[in-house]
Amino acid sequence: MTYRVVHYINQFFAGIGGEEEAGQRPLLKEGVVGPGQALAAAFGDEAQIVATVICGDGYFAENMDRAAAEVVDLIASCRPDAVVAGPAFNAGRYGTACGAVCQAVKENLGLPTVTAMYPENPGVDLYRSETYIVETTDSARGLRKAVPTMASLALKLLRGETPGLPSEEGTLPQGRRRNLFRDACGAERAADMLVRKLRGEPFETEYPMPVFDRVPPAGALKNLKEATIALVTSGGIVPKGNPDHIEASSASRYGEYDISGVDDLTAAGYGTAHGGYDPTYADGDADRVLPVDVLREMEREGRFAKLHDFFYSTVGNGTPVALAARFGREIAEKLRNAGVDAVILTST
Amino acid sequence: MVKEIERAGFPVVHMCTIIPISQTVGANRIVPTIAIPHPFGDPTRTPGEEKALRRALVEKGLKALETDIDGQTVFNG
Repeated sequence: MTYRVVHYINQFFAGIGGEEEAGQRPLLKEGVVGPGQALAAAFGDEAQIVATVICGDGYFAENMDRAAAEVVDLIASCRPDAVVAGPAFNAGRYGTACGAVCQAVKENLGLPTVTAMYPENPGVDLYRSETYIVETTDSARGLRKAVPTMASLALKLLRGETPGLPSEEGTLPQGRRRNLFRDACGAERAADMLVRKLRGEPFETEYPMPVFDRVPPAGALKNLKEATIALVTSGGIVPKGNPDHIEASSASRYGEYDISGVDDLTAAGYGTAHGGYDPTYADGDADRVLPVDVLREMEREGRFAKLHDFFYSTVGNGTPVALAARFGREIAEKLRNAGVDAVILTST
Repeated sequence: MVKEIERAGFPVVHMCTIIPISQTVGANRIVPTIAIPHPFGDPTRTPGEEKALRRALVEKGLKALETDIDGQTVFNG
């Protein structure tokens, strides 16, 4: 028999359009669309992509519960045996949507699901325990490599086979444990691992420690009236012309911009460098992303002492976590030297 | 960025639209905003109404900065 598969993709991979079409509501197309062709080829005769469900990343991110329910209804109408979503690579909203679709399909339809993302995609941590996520590179260049892995895992699940270890299947670990028999007991294996470690030889832990990088909340602002407040954004707001050439995605830098004496971020003076959302509204009035106008007003009214003379801005769009962390450390250092008391960080 | 700035000792309020991402990243004070391409605005309203909306959001952000918290908190009210 040929298994029936529904494929979920976003408006971009469907060829509908980029950010200007990110508000696209869920829709169903028969057969394969875009990356579904490669997936269908990898399935061969064993499975058929009966339909493709498409939704804009912006619509999904802003209406997650409703969008997931609408997508599940469309999927259910095709009576599939499994659902494949993506690959989403390092696109944050797309990855989150793929994960949410897989979770909703599992909960409401009880079907196996497979998606694929770059390990740093925020959708991974949100949904890794709910679905199988094949590891991909950070951009669509990795499509050719990801698709056969996704297809072979989906076929395994469709046949009712149990997938192997994440390293064997090419998936990101779900954090599940499964009982199995080993030749040597735990003490022997632990001693062997210790010896390898002491010799400087490679070894593989059987129980990786989870990394919870949490920062305890800083204390509240005690006296707002005397405070200096600084603005930081990942929304890419920059002076017109983007003088530091901050990249539209995968930003390698941030900018520091003097707003002393600036009462309003006008369309003539400011816009966004961000390539991950529709820039129409930010370019029309950058206060919609970085609220300088109202903060200036409140400063005048004495709600707080001072709006810091500089704002800091980068583009949070596929930016590697390690780089974003460095930007944060450097910005914090500058804010400390400037005597800033608290920070409003805005994100799109 | 939110986390590193907070690690340096500053209270930070993360004002953004996709709350699950902010929670996963590990922001502590989170204030939900209006929409991805215009977190502090609503182009369907008049400029005056938009600014009032923006001011109300920023007030919420300042309130969050003035609030002591034990752990991650989403300021919905």
